[in-house]
Amino acid sequence: MSHKDIKTRIKAFIGKHFQYELKPDEDIFSLGFVNSLFAMQLVTFVESEFDITVEDEDLELDNFRTVNAIDSLVQKKLSG
Amino acid sequence: MSVAKEQILKAKKEKQSIKCVVWDLDHTLWNGVLLEDEQVVLNDEAVKLVKEMDRRGILNSISSKNNQDAALAKLEELGLAEYFLYPEINWNPKSMSVANISRSLNIGLDTFAFVDDSEFERGEVAHELPQVLCLDAAEMSQMWASPNFQPPFITPESALRRKMYMSDVQRKAAEKDFQGHNEEFLAKLNMTFQIGYATEDDLQRAEELTVRTNQLNTTGYTYSYAELDALRQDHEGHLLLVANLDDKYGTYGTIGLSLVEKGEQHWTIKLLLMSCRVMSRGVGTIMMSYIMQQAKAAGATLRAEFVPNGRNRMMFVTYKFGGFKQVDKEGDLVVLEHDLVEIQALPEYVNIHLPTNER
Repeated sequence: MSHKDIKTRIKAFIGKHFQYELKPDEDIFSLGFVNSLFAMQLVTFVESEFDITVEDEDLELDNFRTVNAIDSLVQKKLSG
Repeated sequence: MSVAKEQILKAKKEKQSIKCVVWDLDHTLWNGVLLEDEQVVLNDEAVKLVKEMDRRGILNSISSKNNQDAALAKLEELGLAEYFLYPEINWNPKSMSVANISRSLNIGLDTFAFVDDSEFERGEVAHELPQVLCLDAAEMSQMWASPNFQPPFITPESALRRKMYMSDVQRKAAEKDFQGHNEEFLAKLNMTFQIGYATEDDLQRAEELTVRTNQLNTTGYTYSYAELDALRQDHEGHLLLVANLDDKYGTYGTIGLSLVEKGEQHWTIKLLLMSCRVMSRGVGTIMMSYIMQQAKAAGATLRAEFVPNGRNRMMFVTYKFGGFKQVDKEGDLVVLEHDLVEIQALPEYVNIHLPTNER
């Protein structure tokens, strides 16, 4: 799976929720958008969409802060 | 299903505390078949049971293979429509209807009972949804005394539970129609979130919340009325907080609870829970932020305990994304700590009232 593909899918998911076009380096959490429910939905989406398990130690805000960060996490998980 | 599995399921069902009863209509709630006879006669016992369940805080709904308009009109005419939440009146398999109701109410299928006179329908639901308690309409008298239908707590809020869910139906409809992002919608709800020190009047509801809440519960620790009463008065050592939420559609009642142990060095959040009815309201972090501010003002660091139960991962995510770091783990128990340097701002779409009552 290419970076572009992963990012497109993450952006599509977030865009669907907020009707907002997010830049790859834009901080999702500083936009004031996020509550616990969305945070959980985001984690669940990443797990099911890319068939990976986000372990407790991966559950850091920095891994989910931007589209690029989520992409890196997914890449790491897929290659590991 | 194997015999052993069946036995486990049966034992589990005996202890099951029912939160919603799904009723069939023809030959169950009323005698006769509506499509054949417009003058159906109510089954008196069923009606009394519906009202009694309502009083106990158990919700009622309907799964009926019928013409929806005709059935709803009949229920209106009989003065019963208001008792039923998210009625499913259609020609789909009843297992599908029961599952839809569970999704709409956001409560687990293992707290559902299904009452129907038809062996075929009970069999279909039991096969597709083995966790649902299925009852023959001929045996509904059992419901009066069965422990399954005796909630451990009947508080003034119990009788209001249906109305609270009703206002939720309106909210959901409004939300569905709303164009724009979630936060704008939340702002329109005109929510007021009130945090207070638990008083004696709050204790029964507080105890109930510790038992009923699974998903939005950080540790699942339960406390008896007496224990909570002692903790509430231990001003030096503990902080027992309750949260209420209201919006323009009505009140959600007391929907949050937190117990904080105040040590010299650390304060520890032993328990933080929110009713799942407020899951999409973005208010869970308000209580957390308030406790952080209090700990910071007292010069303590803040710790939080977390015990996974298979359904409460959202609370772990809330802590982690709120800036807590894991510092210890013993068996299932995870201990997290927050340095309190940066505390998440409180959301702007909620009016927040902080504790003012005397302690």
